[in-house]
Amino acid sequence: MATEAHGEATGLSFHPMDQFIVRPLFGDGDVHWYTPSNVTLWLFAIVLATLALLVLGTRGRAIVPSRSQSMAEMSYGMIHKMVGDIAGKDGLKYFPYIMTLFMFVLFANFLGLLPMAFTVTSHIAVTGFLALAVFLTVTVIGFVKNGAHFLDLFWVRSAPLAIRPVLAVIEVISYFVRPLSLSIRLAGNMIAGHAVIKVFAGFAALILINPGLGALVTPVSILAVVGMYAFEILVAFIQAYVFTILTCVYLKDALHPSH
Amino acid sequence: MISLLQEAATTAAEHTESVASSVAHGETETATGLPQLDLTSFGNQIFWLVVAMVVLYWIVAKVALPRIGAVLSDRQGAITGDLMAAEEFKLKAKEAEAAYDKALADARTEAGKIVAANRADIQKELDAAIAHADAEIAARTAESEGRIRQIRDSADNDAREVARDVTAELVRAFGGVVDQGAVDQAVDSRMKGALQ
Repeated sequence: MATEAHGEATGLSFHPMDQFIVRPLFGDGDVHWYTPSNVTLWLFAIVLATLALLVLGTRGRAIVPSRSQSMAEMSYGMIHKMVGDIAGKDGLKYFPYIMTLFMFVLFANFLGLLPMAFTVTSHIAVTGFLALAVFLTVTVIGFVKNGAHFLDLFWVRSAPLAIRPVLAVIEVISYFVRPLSLSIRLAGNMIAGHAVIKVFAGFAALILINPGLGALVTPVSILAVVGMYAFEILVAFIQAYVFTILTCVYLKDALHPSH
Repeated sequence: MISLLQEAATTAAEHTESVASSVAHGETETATGLPQLDLTSFGNQIFWLVVAMVVLYWIVAKVALPRIGAVLSDRQGAITGDLMAAEEFKLKAKEAEAAYDKALADARTEAGKIVAANRADIQKELDAAIAHADAEIAARTAESEGRIRQIRDSADNDAREVARDVTAELVRAFGGVVDQGAVDQAVDSRMKGALQ
């Protein structure tokens, strides 16, 4: 409540976290698990955006692609190459899953940057669920493909025997931290960027309250919002890329656990 | 300055309060702490996330990726097909060039052969003509030599006759008896030396 108290003192209102509130889409009341909420709305916006890019964009099926088909093909090519390069040829079997994940995170991040939008990837519930799904899937694949040899991942044979147990403990901890770091990295980036934009935007209203000070602060804060926004566009892509590439790395560990 | 700020702040606060009371309850709801940590919304988020992910996976895996993959492989096929056709055309061009070269070489050897044959014919004719000319020259020479010999022989005989007659007359003039044999012998021996 520090921000609110501060806001009342100067007349500025800072509510950088309001954009993350989960609200029912129709009427107000409690948000039950089945209630269509703003999360629902933006999740389906992501689905529609993916549909527009990958399905509508490629409806021509042209040998010489149109612009939209070219973008769809580039997305396909980028992720296909990433999976092939990192997880190997046998990882390409999981390409549709990784492509789904990438398109989801990418459009969640990008659509979240629209004014008044809700960023689903700024919620730990969403990123945590995705990260746990990746973690569990990859662990299951690791045990199904390699059996007990999957545990070689934690037993570093290239290290001297004496320090292998220590390394094993570290490896196990780092393995279980993966879903945590994967989800917090994405959600944290989204929360921080969007909150900072909102804070700068809050300062922009100063000119309405105090024209003297506001004449200085307002242009600076508007420039800062523009700068942050540009930076957030970059972050939106990079975080989607990082999430996907780390998934590929985990998949590689599951398919080829020996160091 | 500070009092001015405070005055502005209070008026602004009153303004926002009046605005706040006039809009719906849901719109003015403000976050207390991080909304991300509000566990009551987790069920909703995860339920809809699963629904959306299933739909998204179906769209991506069953519609989009097969289509894009097919387009890409079609394009790859078209490119390799075109490249192969180009390779074929290149080979054909090379074949045509080889055929042209061969035709040229054949024509050259043919021309060489014709030239050689003509040269041989001409040589033969030339040889024949030369031989004919040589034979004629030889015949003429022989004929000329024959006539020269005849003329010389007749001149020899004439000289001998004259010499015998002159010798016989001289002997007679000197009152001698002409011994024809001795005269002939004397004349012949003298002529032998003179005709050498």
